[in-house]
Amino acid sequence: MHKKEILLWLAAALILAFFVSPFAASSPDGLEKVADDKGFLEKGETEPVVSSPVPDYAWPGIKNEGMATGLAGIFGTLVVFGLAYGIGAMTKR
Amino acid sequence: MHIPDGFLAANTWVPAWVISVGGLGYCIKRASEALKDKMVPLMGVMAAFIFAAQMLNFPVAAGTSGHLLGGVLAAVLLGPYAGAVVIAVVLAVQCLVFQDGGLTALGANILNMSFIGTMGGYIIYSLIRKAIGDNKGILMGAAIAAWVSVVLASSACAIELAVSGTSPLKIALPAMVLVHMLIGIGEAIISVLILSFVLKTRPDLIYNKEV
Repeated sequence: MHKKEILLWLAAALILAFFVSPFAASSPDGLEKVADDKGFLEKGETEPVVSSPVPDYAWPGIKNEGMATGLAGIFGTLVVFGLAYGIGAMTKR
Repeated sequence: MHIPDGFLAANTWVPAWVISVGGLGYCIKRASEALKDKMVPLMGVMAAFIFAAQMLNFPVAAGTSGHLLGGVLAAVLLGPYAGAVVIAVVLAVQCLVFQDGGLTALGANILNMSFIGTMGGYIIYSLIRKAIGDNKGILMGAAIAAWVSVVLASSACAIELAVSGTSPLKIALPAMVLVHMLIGIGEAIISVLILSFVLKTRPDLIYNKEV
């Protein structure tokens, strides 16, 4: 892949993460829904084992929900890009 | 279907962690044999794309949403091993940075989505691709495998819930499979749309085992 192409794909992912994610459906996902219907949802509502820096895809301290989600999306997209690229580069000998 | 902390008992999440650590080591070893130069940036791009797409929940049945898993999509472009590694990276970041999926359950989430979803999905994809051939085989294989991968991963999740004593299998399994049969349709549609675009613009990015 050319540099330009990588940047284009990355830009597309960033646009999805920033501009589209605030509009994503907020209803529970399949597992949450089943947990709720079948009465074991509260088992998962204990304190998490580690506390995350950006819980629930909302950048802390930002009042505007869409902006908080969008920024979390940009941050996460860049982190996984860097990590997966790095692991790929180390893996390839 | 990112399992949070609390759903799984230690009798389930500990072995799942052991399997996922060992499995990832194996995947990295196998990926290093098959990885070509052009695939390294593609690993980064796929991780970025799948992470972003996983934020985009689409509504399915009443009061339920689903999002792309991306395992089959990753494996069609990167092969099963690098594809599984990419999904595991996404799951680990979602867990550690965004509290999406618990740390104790991360092993099970990797087992369900990276191994069963991605590598299992790839096996189904390659069988169908071989049987049909050409681009049609790639798209048909990806569509069916994408759907099956979501249903299989959700079944594995239900089995883990049952082994943990969280919900009996006869309740958890049909409920999980039913809702993920719907979510899997979204998985198939999104995977096919993206792969059609790749086939039109960069068909050389499709992973070929033989080459």
